[in-house]
Amino acid sequence: MQMMKNLIFAGLMFLVLGVSTAPAKEALPVGDDPVVQARMMRLATVLRCLVCQNQTIADSHADLASDLRNQIVELIHQGKTDSEIMDYMTERYGDFVLYRPPMKTSTLLLWFGPLLLVVIGGAALYRSAQDRQRNVADETELTLEQKRLADQFLNRKSSES
Amino acid sequence: MSRFWPLAIFFGLVAFLYVGLHRDPHEVPSPLLGKPAPAFALTRLDDPSTTITRDQLLGHVYMLNVWASWCVSCRDEHPILVEYVRKHPVEIYGLDYKDTRPEAVAWLEQLGNPYKAALFDSDGRVGIDYGVYGVPETFIIDKKGVVRYKQTGPISPDVLMNTLAPMIENLQKES
Repeated sequence: MQMMKNLIFAGLMFLVLGVSTAPAKEALPVGDDPVVQARMMRLATVLRCLVCQNQTIADSHADLASDLRNQIVELIHQGKTDSEIMDYMTERYGDFVLYRPPMKTSTLLLWFGPLLLVVIGGAALYRSAQDRQRNVADETELTLEQKRLADQFLNRKSSES
Repeated sequence: MSRFWPLAIFFGLVAFLYVGLHRDPHEVPSPLLGKPAPAFALTRLDDPSTTITRDQLLGHVYMLNVWASWCVSCRDEHPILVEYVRKHPVEIYGLDYKDTRPEAVAWLEQLGNPYKAALFDSDGRVGIDYGVYGVPETFIIDKKGVVRYKQTGPISPDVLMNTLAPMIENLQKES
């Protein structure tokens, strides 16, 4: 549904912008259209700035980040969809630009590693809990010999009093 | 037996962290490796009226060295390239990234010009197509126009002699 909306939206943008800005394409300033700006920022917040690796392209003040923001705006004006813009970025900078890495064999450990650790930890916890329970059970259960001695001791006690 | 587990886990962790210490997170593998070099048509730095395109360079093995006059570590790398090109039959093209012509020209006059031609990428558009994020960067492109190697950051003499030079020689033998 969202996809459909995006497509229709992109198509409309293409029509509107394609017509209205045709004579002055180059002169179009980056921040003029709030809709384009908002869409650019949404994309920029999921792209990593490669110069300062723990910032998004939206956050970073690096030259490259602002170039890429401009590039996104330009691609939007060209009528590209969000996924086409993402492809444009990964073709050039690799999956590393994506803050949400794609799921594939080389990233399986990344995606499921934490789950694997939880499973291993859970199994270890379960085993140690069982061990402890067994130890406690061993200690509370009396052997026949112990029971006889205990009975003897208790009987003596009661008869003495 | 189970009392050795914490020790084993500890050493496992140490091994992981030790390997991690020696890895450079700034070295991002380029998605361009093994793919055709992105097309470009740029003017020569020393002659704005002459354009050089990627397709004109097909059939040659060349290094594409991304540099700029504002780039500090390019200063370390530059003499190594000047020396290399003086002694070896190799073609190096410069990609002058987000620079101004007068500054770049002066820089080459001062430090020497190892380039067969320097291409002027004033707005960094070609840089984006090549996934440039840390100047200097160097690509090796084979006769078919395929990117075979990418180095991010300055080339050290060691990398040049042990990795790049042998690779270029091999590629030059390919038909």
